[in-house]
Amino acid sequence: MALAKLKIDTTEARLADVVVPQGAAWGNAARADAMARVRQMGLPTKRDEYWKYTDPASLTAAESPEAALFVNDEGPLFENVDRVKIVFVDGFFDADASDDLSAEGVEIERLSDAMATDIHWAKDLYGVLETRGQTPVERPLAALNTALATDGVVIRVTGKAAKPINFIYLHNDTSSDAILHNLVKVEAGAEVTLLETGPAAARFSKQLEVEVADNGTFHHVRAQGRDHERRAVTHCFARIAANSTFKSFTLTFNGVLTRNECVLEIVGDDAVAHVAGVCVGDGRDFHHDDTVFITHDALNGESRQVFKKVLRNGATGVFQGKILVKAGAQKTDGYQISQSLLLDEDSQFLAKPELEIYADDVACSHGSTSGAIDETALFYLRSRGVSHDDARNLLTLSFLAEALDEIDDEGLAEELRDRLEGWLSRHS
Amino acid sequence: MLKIKGLEVKLEEEDKQILKGVDLSIAPGTVHAIMGPNGSGKSTLSYVLSGKDGYEVTGGSAALEGEDLLDMEPEDRAAAGLFLAFQYPVEIPGVGNMTFLRTAVNAQRKSRGEEELSAGDFLKEVRAKAKDLKIDADMLKRPVNVGFSGGEKKRNEILQMAMLEPKMCILDETDSGLDVDAMKLVSEGVNALRSEGRSFLVITHYQRLLDHIKPDIVHIMANGRIVKSGGPELALEVENNGYADILAEVA
Repeated sequence: MALAKLKIDTTEARLADVVVPQGAAWGNAARADAMARVRQMGLPTKRDEYWKYTDPASLTAAESPEAALFVNDEGPLFENVDRVKIVFVDGFFDADASDDLSAEGVEIERLSDAMATDIHWAKDLYGVLETRGQTPVERPLAALNTALATDGVVIRVTGKAAKPINFIYLHNDTSSDAILHNLVKVEAGAEVTLLETGPAAARFSKQLEVEVADNGTFHHVRAQGRDHERRAVTHCFARIAANSTFKSFTLTFNGVLTRNECVLEIVGDDAVAHVAGVCVGDGRDFHHDDTVFITHDALNGESRQVFKKVLRNGATGVFQGKILVKAGAQKTDGYQISQSLLLDEDSQFLAKPELEIYADDVACSHGSTSGAIDETALFYLRSRGVSHDDARNLLTLSFLAEALDEIDDEGLAEELRDRLEGWLSRHS
Repeated sequence: MLKIKGLEVKLEEEDKQILKGVDLSIAPGTVHAIMGPNGSGKSTLSYVLSGKDGYEVTGGSAALEGEDLLDMEPEDRAAAGLFLAFQYPVEIPGVGNMTFLRTAVNAQRKSRGEEELSAGDFLKEVRAKAKDLKIDADMLKRPVNVGFSGGEKKRNEILQMAMLEPKMCILDETDSGLDVDAMKLVSEGVNALRSEGRSFLVITHYQRLLDHIKPDIVHIMANGRIVKSGGPELALEVENNGYADILAEVA
């Protein structure tokens, strides 16, 4: 009791000077509602079960810790992909650097413009999936994002999008504290690919709410930049309807602290939800946390969670993944795998895989492993003339292959694989 | 080609001497066979020559064309022309067989200061050699050795050997796990590679492999030493009488 009170008092003190951005009526109401939820839940601390493995202190602090700027000599990702570029600099939309926001099959608006429109579809999505995602586990940082987001984009997909949409997050200020909230509404039978690239800010809070209607398809590929000192907490909430597909892949290089939460709810029959991630971290100050919660609430749903981490020199990886199969969600096929490749004895992987099943005709499996490079395979490759480092990198890529295979677009996958090879050769 | 003098080897982690002074000299273009009972040190010899961890050389030397092998990394031994066909080829999920072959071929060429093979030339060569070993396109595409049968794994070893064109080939119990047809196929693959500049060391328990790959010289290994050497007839003697007679004779 005392602890709960202390937590609320601490939260009140932290939020005392916080000003909730003001806009149009429905936006203000959504933000006020979210702020009330934050106050009621309290900001997370390391004492919370859900934050047992990751200390949220630097994410909840009033000031963002500084993060040095990083010049990526590899150049931007997906340069050769014909896409709609939407650029944010330290968390603010940059119209000049962005493409014209029109493309066949999609309607793109800035969040502030959507909020200024009294009757807007975004009203039924903004903070709505986030609110649904607060049970059974509270996610106060997501509610805080809903309350305080300073910018973002809302996308309605009405047909097959002519080209992918790429959110490009640039980081130009060493102490920037960015809070972005994006929405994607995929209408029945519509299809879109969303790309997200870049570090965004010294500290980045980002939320993505995705509604996929019947027969819709949403593909998501994200790369979180190579900046060493950045921090990020991201949430993705999705509601997935009948016969629709949701596939999300995230690649994380470096970064002091990353917490990626993905909360998916399958609400229509025969739907597919895949979420996958690869992270590679080097050094004691690397901490990466994937927290996933997939709810099956319909017949014949298929979900996959495939997470692979390569950790070295004292890096830490965390995986908390859950499959919840509700009563009546028969014929659910749920798969979850989380694995780490520990390149030395200083690195650690903390995993909490969970299954909670209330239907009797389902197939769910989960596995979690930590291991080192297979010495026998290493010797086999070297005996064929492959150098020690090349052999180790080849085996590392082979360890990551199952997660990379989750990306349907071979071109995008190849580009990320190249970046991974680059990272591995730099960190040999 | 390969000169081994007084080679003594113990296990790194325990005080167990495995090789107790092996002498072996293999001339270019010849095929030598080593036979011997279980635990005589045959496989250890092949591992030590190719540079596997876990062994400590306590005496003697091994040189390939005059170059000291024992100080070299495994990949440098390969580039120098040594090849070991594994008794148990390793499965590597996630690495395509073709990618693996190309990486290996080009790594060796690079370390010898040669041009890398172009994708087209490589493909042409690999297809022709795979066809001879009845390795189909699917096996080339699949991850290295994953889901391969015993025979497929051994054929895949010979394909690697054919692509890498080593000077000194060591075959460690290549006949184990093979049926008669597979043994014939693998042997034909090996025989096709026999040439003046290439030598073979065939390690086996049984004479039957030597019916297909005809050796010039047969050695009997026991208790960490080569105890007897002779012509192909020595293998027949083992087949007929077992090792007991020979071991009693040299004891």
